[in-house]
Amino acid sequence: MSRFLVLTLNGLTQGAIYAAMALALVMIWRATKVINFAQGAMAMFTTYLALFAIDHGAPYWLGFIVALLSGLILGAIVERVIVRPVESAPPLNIVILTLGLLLFFEALAPMAFGGQIRSFPPAFSIVGVHLGNSQVAFSPFDAFTLGSVLAVMVLLLVLFQKTNLGLRMRASAFNPEVSRLLGIRVGRMLTLGWALASLVGALAGVLIAPTFLLYPTFMDQVLVYGFTGAVLGGLDSAVGAVIGGLLMGFALSYVGGYLGSDLETVGALVILIAVLMVRPRGLFSLQRLREV
Amino acid sequence: MVATQLLLGRVVRPTLGRHLLLALGAAAVLLLLSAQIGAYDDYNLTAVAIFAVAAAGLTLLTGLNGQLSLGHGALMAVGAYTASLLLKDHQLPVVVVLLIAVLTTGIIGIVFGYAAARLRGPYLAGATLTLAVALPQVATRYKNVFGGDSGLTVPPSVPPAWLGADFPPERWLAWIALAAALVTMVLLANLLRSSVGRTFIAVRDHEAAAALAGIDVARTQVLAFVISAACAGLAGALFGYWSGVTAPAGFGLGLSLQLVTAIVIGGLGSLAGAVWGSLVLVFVPALTSGMASTMNVPSSIANNLPLAIYGAILVIAMLVAPHGIQGALSRILAIVRARWGHTPAGGKKGVVDWDDPTPDT
Repeated sequence: MSRFLVLTLNGLTQGAIYAAMALALVMIWRATKVINFAQGAMAMFTTYLALFAIDHGAPYWLGFIVALLSGLILGAIVERVIVRPVESAPPLNIVILTLGLLLFFEALAPMAFGGQIRSFPPAFSIVGVHLGNSQVAFSPFDAFTLGSVLAVMVLLLVLFQKTNLGLRMRASAFNPEVSRLLGIRVGRMLTLGWALASLVGALAGVLIAPTFLLYPTFMDQVLVYGFTGAVLGGLDSAVGAVIGGLLMGFALSYVGGYLGSDLETVGALVILIAVLMVRPRGLFSLQRLREV
Repeated sequence: MVATQLLLGRVVRPTLGRHLLLALGAAAVLLLLSAQIGAYDDYNLTAVAIFAVAAAGLTLLTGLNGQLSLGHGALMAVGAYTASLLLKDHQLPVVVVLLIAVLTTGIIGIVFGYAAARLRGPYLAGATLTLAVALPQVATRYKNVFGGDSGLTVPPSVPPAWLGADFPPERWLAWIALAAALVTMVLLANLLRSSVGRTFIAVRDHEAAAALAGIDVARTQVLAFVISAACAGLAGALFGYWSGVTAPAGFGLGLSLQLVTAIVIGGLGSLAGAVWGSLVLVFVPALTSGMASTMNVPSSIANNLPLAIYGAILVIAMLVAPHGIQGALSRILAIVRARWGHTPAGGKKGVVDWDDPTPDT
């Protein structure tokens, strides 16, 4: 199989993970205008919880559900208890707050679960499937990764575009004051937005853990690339986040494959700067005129 | 009487004179302090001075010009590598090394400053975050120039002979770093009180209004970035001397985030806040690891407790003191003044306070 195809498939799978992380960041950004730097650390923590369940005899799928549910709950708690009181604080304060949360979770995890590097079981085989007599660099687990990220995105799309609840959530993010006047419980909508976003983050954690191995800082890289993807696509656009994340996956895979893996991040920087110089608000956001 | 007051006013009142006097006072105190403490505390004092230089530069950019940079650690790396490369083949006096590091990082800052001036808020944060992650990789990639992952060693600066043969090198380095920090503070404090400083703040507060008032917004932003980068370069070069080795691992994302933490915890937008924040960065982790090591707990907990406490402190600080240490201090001071019926200093006849030119009546 040609090198290009291998790298493309690899980029697609990695990109799906970055897209999930980017989507989680964009959902929170749209709801509360906060970049949640603790998103990766929260996903790390929920992945540890899943492994904890699996270690204690639970089947993989129960662990999977533990991760997603604990992500949902953790997101809700963080929004309600920690972010809500600083809602009107300067944006930088909230950045520091989420950075503090990141450090806290990354210290809490080794205290609770031990600091050694752990392997995480995949749901399906990670060996490439056979097509005829040749092996393809695409495993059943890769298919599962792509499929579950896609499924979550479709579900979110349906939620936001087709349901009453989704409409209320969008209204709360768009204009909290007017939404409140219309009888929407804006606070609850924001909590729900954070909860759903960290569920998506938790999914990214469970899906990348078999490849990256599990240790307290293993999601940092995913967070950085997910954030870069989100910025690339435009922070106001969910579609942009997904495409930005996928672009990051492809770009990192090609740069790593053709130029050497230590140039991956430099490649990401060059692409990001090049795109932002042409479109300072990302590829998919509406280019607004300067606000006065 | 009036004449002497006027004369005194000429010397003390102008900003430069006041800042110089403050700096001289601080220098005297620090000189006495560094002679009293041991090598380990000198080492910590040097770290505070280095962080203070970088944090002061960052607070100028972020606090006063409104550009959030999550990549100042990478600019410190530029300064540190400049110093290391200079010292690889040549023996140069420390002042020359520091000045070249400042110049180099400033020039690099022009390039990034132009890019940064086009970006706002989270987009700038994202771009600088990627810079922080990517730049150390360049050093890993080009091993024959930058020494790869193991980095380049930095020879220590030897204390001059007139200080005596057994003068501790830690104290000498502390002096250098503190002198650099004080010079930086005086220069920045004066800049902020000048028309340039006022344009920075105008751009931060309202870009469109600043542009209407005739300020070149983009140029102001580039200038702020360049000055800020130069400070980071100075701090980076000092960091190289301090750690003895310049390696990519020392300039990771963690360093950049520490600097942002310092300026916000200390109090965004004030140079004093940058100093408070640097003290927190150096002494809180030392304190918490001291606490953890005295407690009788398993090593997996003792090793991670300092970080957990540090993270919790950041969260709690943002919840209870959103304006940082400097903000909390000024509030306490205001309360005390109100309680004791003190009016802010004024009523000195014959001396016009240029900073607060309300007419005496």
